[in-house]
Amino acid sequence: MNQQPSPQLLPYQSASLLSVNGWRGFIVALIVICVIAPVSNVWVPENSPFHLSDYAVALIGKIMCYAICALAMDLVWGIAGVLSLGHGLFFALGGYMMGMYLMRQIGRDGNYHSDLPDFMVFLDWKALPWHWTLSDSFIATLFLIVLVPGLLALVFGFFAFRSRIKGVYFSIITQALTFAAMLLFFRNETGFGGNNGFTDFKRILNIPIATQSMRMMLFVLTGMCLLGCFLMARYIVQSKYGRVLQAIRDAENRVMFCGYSTLQYKLSIWTLSAVMCGVAGALYVPQVGIINPSEMSPANSIEIAIWTAVGGRGTLIGPIIGAFLVNGAKSWLTVVAPSIWLYFLGLLFIAVTLYLPGGVIGLIKKLTGSRA
Amino acid sequence: MNPELMQSGAKRLAAYQEKLTQSTVVNTAAGGSVSLGRPHQSGELDLVHGRILYLEDVSVSFDGFKAINKLSLDIAPGELRCVIGPNGAGKTTMMDIITGKTRPDEGLIYFGSTINLLKHTEPEIAAMGIGRKFQKPTVFEKLSVFENLELALKTHKDVRSSLFFRLDSEQSDRLSEVLHTIKLVDHIHHTAGNLSHGQKQWLEIGMLLMQEPRVLLLDEPVAGMTDEETARTAELLLQLKGKHCLIVVEHDMKFIEAISDIVTVLCDGAVLAQGPLAKVAADERVIESYLGR
Repeated sequence: MNQQPSPQLLPYQSASLLSVNGWRGFIVALIVICVIAPVSNVWVPENSPFHLSDYAVALIGKIMCYAICALAMDLVWGIAGVLSLGHGLFFALGGYMMGMYLMRQIGRDGNYHSDLPDFMVFLDWKALPWHWTLSDSFIATLFLIVLVPGLLALVFGFFAFRSRIKGVYFSIITQALTFAAMLLFFRNETGFGGNNGFTDFKRILNIPIATQSMRMMLFVLTGMCLLGCFLMARYIVQSKYGRVLQAIRDAENRVMFCGYSTLQYKLSIWTLSAVMCGVAGALYVPQVGIINPSEMSPANSIEIAIWTAVGGRGTLIGPIIGAFLVNGAKSWLTVVAPSIWLYFLGLLFIAVTLYLPGGVIGLIKKLTGSRA
Repeated sequence: MNPELMQSGAKRLAAYQEKLTQSTVVNTAAGGSVSLGRPHQSGELDLVHGRILYLEDVSVSFDGFKAINKLSLDIAPGELRCVIGPNGAGKTTMMDIITGKTRPDEGLIYFGSTINLLKHTEPEIAAMGIGRKFQKPTVFEKLSVFENLELALKTHKDVRSSLFFRLDSEQSDRLSEVLHTIKLVDHIHHTAGNLSHGQKQWLEIGMLLMQEPRVLLLDEPVAGMTDEETARTAELLLQLKGKHCLIVVEHDMKFIEAISDIVTVLCDGAVLAQGPLAKVAADERVIESYLGR
């Protein structure tokens, strides 16, 4: 009856952020992004096999933005079990905030040589609308990139989670939200350039944007942002907060019965996830040079979920791999056989759902597990 | 005053004295045995009168059907009380009423001598220390045994505290004590979903214990268990007796026999008989309505 408890049995401290091999991989990724990629793109001569083409830099930079979205999706879907089919909206909002700043940076170099952005001159507007007030300040733009998607997610999430909207109903509502936003942004009156959106950017922080070194800067910045987000996500998943989220995914009522306010938990991870997407969008726009309402189309948001599912839900590294695999396949297939891409994507999603519920990471674990 | 009542009163007093010496009772301000003129501390559990849970003339009806009909019940700290009765006798409804899930139409329910449970909501009652185990085990399947218990730990439960939570040594000791009590030490890092049915039930009892409850309501804890698991559960409950007040609803008479002091037989929403199992089982009315001939 009177066994003495043995406290040393229990881990006082939780495990370190990454395993030894994990840290090795992390350092390698950091070196590749910050040193090897810039060197082989800028200084290695073009005819060398070690040269990284501008096309590849643009493509990888873009995919790294997508990978941040996939990671954000994994936190909210893979860990907390809330499937959002509207994350493209937050991505686009971050992008639009950055786009507004970039439009103001064009200055008088536009086609109409006016202080106003070209599309406003075209619409015969005489002054900037009120929501463009802060757009000429870079610092304010940085805040808006975080605040606009964050606040929208906070308000939307509060009402949705408070009403206990769950599962497929939540997914459908997020889908409707992004669709509604897309229709709104398509209108010229909204003041975001209508269906053309923003493009033809010239400068960022008064530095020309279309140069090789600027592209490389954005590439490195995106890569470091991705790695930083990954570490943050790792911390979240390993904390008790992350375990509560997983418990909410599996048995929300039981978590409430344990005395946790699940609303707080879901709302915080949902908002964080939206902010991550917003930051990804803001990094994306200067790299691809365009933002328009089609980024808010429901299909884009669904694609984010597909990257996450393909890579492996709830694994953090999986969705990053998934984003690279699917987008790599996309950029290759849309060149080789453009007509079959959408069929391929659909089949891929069905195949993963049916045969690979753990995604690529699940497959790897299964293979190495059976060999061991 | 009949001898039975005096006996039970004496028992309670003894249990209460034990509590005092263990100094687990919150109410030290009451001055121990001095019971006159002590200040009334509202919201604080007062066990001076030797009862932790007190129901008087509680009635509740659903659409005209009297599920509970003038039920009175009186439970001492540290007592293990078994409640039996035929289906529809109101056993589960009684638990619903105590935990605040169902509001009675009339009657009194006190926790200790001073806390009126009718004035509190379900989460408040749970936070005050009345834990309930439902029939079906609900543990977090994807998390390990350790993580399950850690989540149930009595601590701050807001987002920020969880984000920076580190198990301190006291909490760690508490966790390992509970692990030993529920005999799942060897399974500490196993995923809860892979445990057997019986182990899941114990884990859930463990999760309730992590919240340091004063009263534990257990709804059919051995349903679906093997004989061996049932025996171990009986052992576990006997071990908890004294430290916590346990109210067990069960149909398994062998199990009841193994653990019971006092058995309450419910029938048609009221107490039909109460006392040691042997005496209750010999009662004509109980045989008639429940045990069968």
